[in-house]
Amino acid sequence: MQTDTSSTSRLRHDPLVRGLGWASALLGVPQVAAPESFARALGVNGGFRHRAATTAVGVRELAAAAGLLGRPHPAWLWTRVGGDVMDLTMLTRALKNHDGRGLSRTVAATAAVTALTATDVYAAVTRTRRSTPMELTGATTVVKPPDEVYALWSDLERLPEFMAHLEEVRVTGPGISHWRATAPFGRTVEWDAETTEEIAGRLIAWRSVEGADIDNSGEVRFVPAPGGRGTEIRVTLRYHLPGGALGQAAARYFGEEPHQQLDDDLRRFKQIAEVGEVVRSEGAPGGKRARGEFPQHPARPLTEDELKEALA
Amino acid sequence: MKANCWTGRNSVEVQDVPDPSILNSRDAIVKITSTAICGSDLHLLDGYVPTMEKGDIMGHEFMGEIIEVGPGVSDKLRVGDRVVVPFPIACGACAACQAKLYSCCENTNPNAGISEKFFGHPTAGIYGYSHLTGGFAGGQAEYARVVLADANVLKIGPELTDEQVLFLSDILPTGYMGADMCDIQEGDVVAVWGAGPVGQFAMDSARVLGAEKVIAIDKEPYRLDMAAAQGYTTINFEDTDVRSALLELTGGRGPDKCIDAVGMEATHGASHIHLYDRAKQAVRSETDRPHALRQAILSCRSGGVVSVIGVYGGMIDKFPAGAWMNRSLTLRTGQCHVHRYMKQLLGLIEQGKIDPTRIITHRLPLSEAPTGYDLFKHKKDGCEKVVLSP
Repeated sequence: MQTDTSSTSRLRHDPLVRGLGWASALLGVPQVAAPESFARALGVNGGFRHRAATTAVGVRELAAAAGLLGRPHPAWLWTRVGGDVMDLTMLTRALKNHDGRGLSRTVAATAAVTALTATDVYAAVTRTRRSTPMELTGATTVVKPPDEVYALWSDLERLPEFMAHLEEVRVTGPGISHWRATAPFGRTVEWDAETTEEIAGRLIAWRSVEGADIDNSGEVRFVPAPGGRGTEIRVTLRYHLPGGALGQAAARYFGEEPHQQLDDDLRRFKQIAEVGEVVRSEGAPGGKRARGEFPQHPARPLTEDELKEALA
Repeated sequence: MKANCWTGRNSVEVQDVPDPSILNSRDAIVKITSTAICGSDLHLLDGYVPTMEKGDIMGHEFMGEIIEVGPGVSDKLRVGDRVVVPFPIACGACAACQAKLYSCCENTNPNAGISEKFFGHPTAGIYGYSHLTGGFAGGQAEYARVVLADANVLKIGPELTDEQVLFLSDILPTGYMGADMCDIQEGDVVAVWGAGPVGQFAMDSARVLGAEKVIAIDKEPYRLDMAAAQGYTTINFEDTDVRSALLELTGGRGPDKCIDAVGMEATHGASHIHLYDRAKQAVRSETDRPHALRQAILSCRSGGVVSVIGVYGGMIDKFPAGAWMNRSLTLRTGQCHVHRYMKQLLGLIEQGKIDPTRIITHRLPLSEAPTGYDLFKHKKDGCEKVVLSP
């Protein structure tokens, strides 16, 4: 998980986050100020242990409130989730050992905490810009000299021809380009990228500038393959994949695994470099694409409508 | 157009399908004049090659006339040209193609990922041969799209008939490569397992390449008769112990070179061994039945070559690694690199040194393709090779 300063300002104006901050404050103040009566209100008798526990919970709530309202960060939301689990454990134990007096209030309190837990989990999951830093590497060899391969790759506006997920790359200024790509689950992401290093015939490196939907950077090295075997193209991509581990797992399930995408792209690049275009079959009219390998269109000519869709 | 399609395990059907269209700039559309059923089509029919889909057009041995070319096709090819199409699709530009390993082309299989999972590295696209090899529509049809046409097809003049040149698409070069990989020396005895079409051509090629004696091993009397008619020695493994017969025929040395032209659906004289493999194959714990390969390895003389052109798709059990290693055997293999041999073989046909038509036993219209499969698969009516005319 990365520290992400931009999330602070985003969360500051988030009504759900602010609501939960105030809820923490409203619970924390009476818990700290009058622990005994608060415990009694929950239908738990105000023994020393219960009083101490209530005070501790109150301190925790106040801390969460200060965090959520003062310097909002997803970590505070997860603190709340952790607190909820603690509270539910204590309430369950209270229910189990209940002496009967005020039982209905304890039941009501448990129900309320359960509902609050659900809200906290929702807020924590949706507000966490969980982005796992990812580093991908891939390589292919093309039977062409490095200069030629480099020239093909450095023509950025041609990248979408072989990078299946890129919709468009526009060169917007010297060393600056605008990128638009499809992301898992039908979303589109955009960013501006600046070229950070370029050595003709050997290296291109770039990184996204501030405000990118996905922070990313990368480099492509063009290395002469041994014995005149052409050029090794070595790609390193670094980016923060939204959704963290969970998002990655889901993406993988739908065949959007980043390694596969890079593999697809490199194979398609090799085809363009060596053959001149991406090779299509009736089964794979869009060319190499890992997620569409099986099942696919039967190996028979496409109807006119299928053809239009496939070549779109 | 009409096309012969796979419709499920052990079932093919002639169906109406859309006409092919140009998908890549170097494509050509060919009006098919002759097409054939290959032994490897039977592996697809049986469902032993994974990734077949209902509706796939079968067939990878075909020839015809070019009726349309894409904008990127070089002027080597024109509408009206008569061409034979090699079954593996080669790009001609990658490292594999430059090394003349055309069936290992690195660019023509859009489903390289599946191929890589099965084989470790991807292999070339092949027409009508499952999605593992790219999902390309096959040639048992009225028309076909030929991919990277100018890098693949062989132009044929009007002097030769379809039947003389059709098999340049696959089985003749495949048989020839089987013999070529044997590196045949003066005095060599070459034993060929399988007297089907590819086995017959491997025998013809071994003789052309200078083998002293060629031995055919099979169990179908009509196939052995076909080999005997060419002057080859025959062994019927159903009534003869192959290893002792081979020792006897070679003065105790064993054949110098052995060719497996059978592949993954071999049958075995010893029924218990056959049942063992058959059972494992049925539950998919072994995909291939390698009797011929095992026997070839055990029979070959020390230091000899075992050349495998029969098709294997997956895993085998009980591979005699001890015999192979301790007796310095060389195992050579590959899906045929057809492009490497086409011109040379066309020459041999023109000179009358090889007559490919000798194996044709059945000529049927395309509409009767399912009958052809039935005859060929069950070896009915002396079926050796079926040629279909659209």
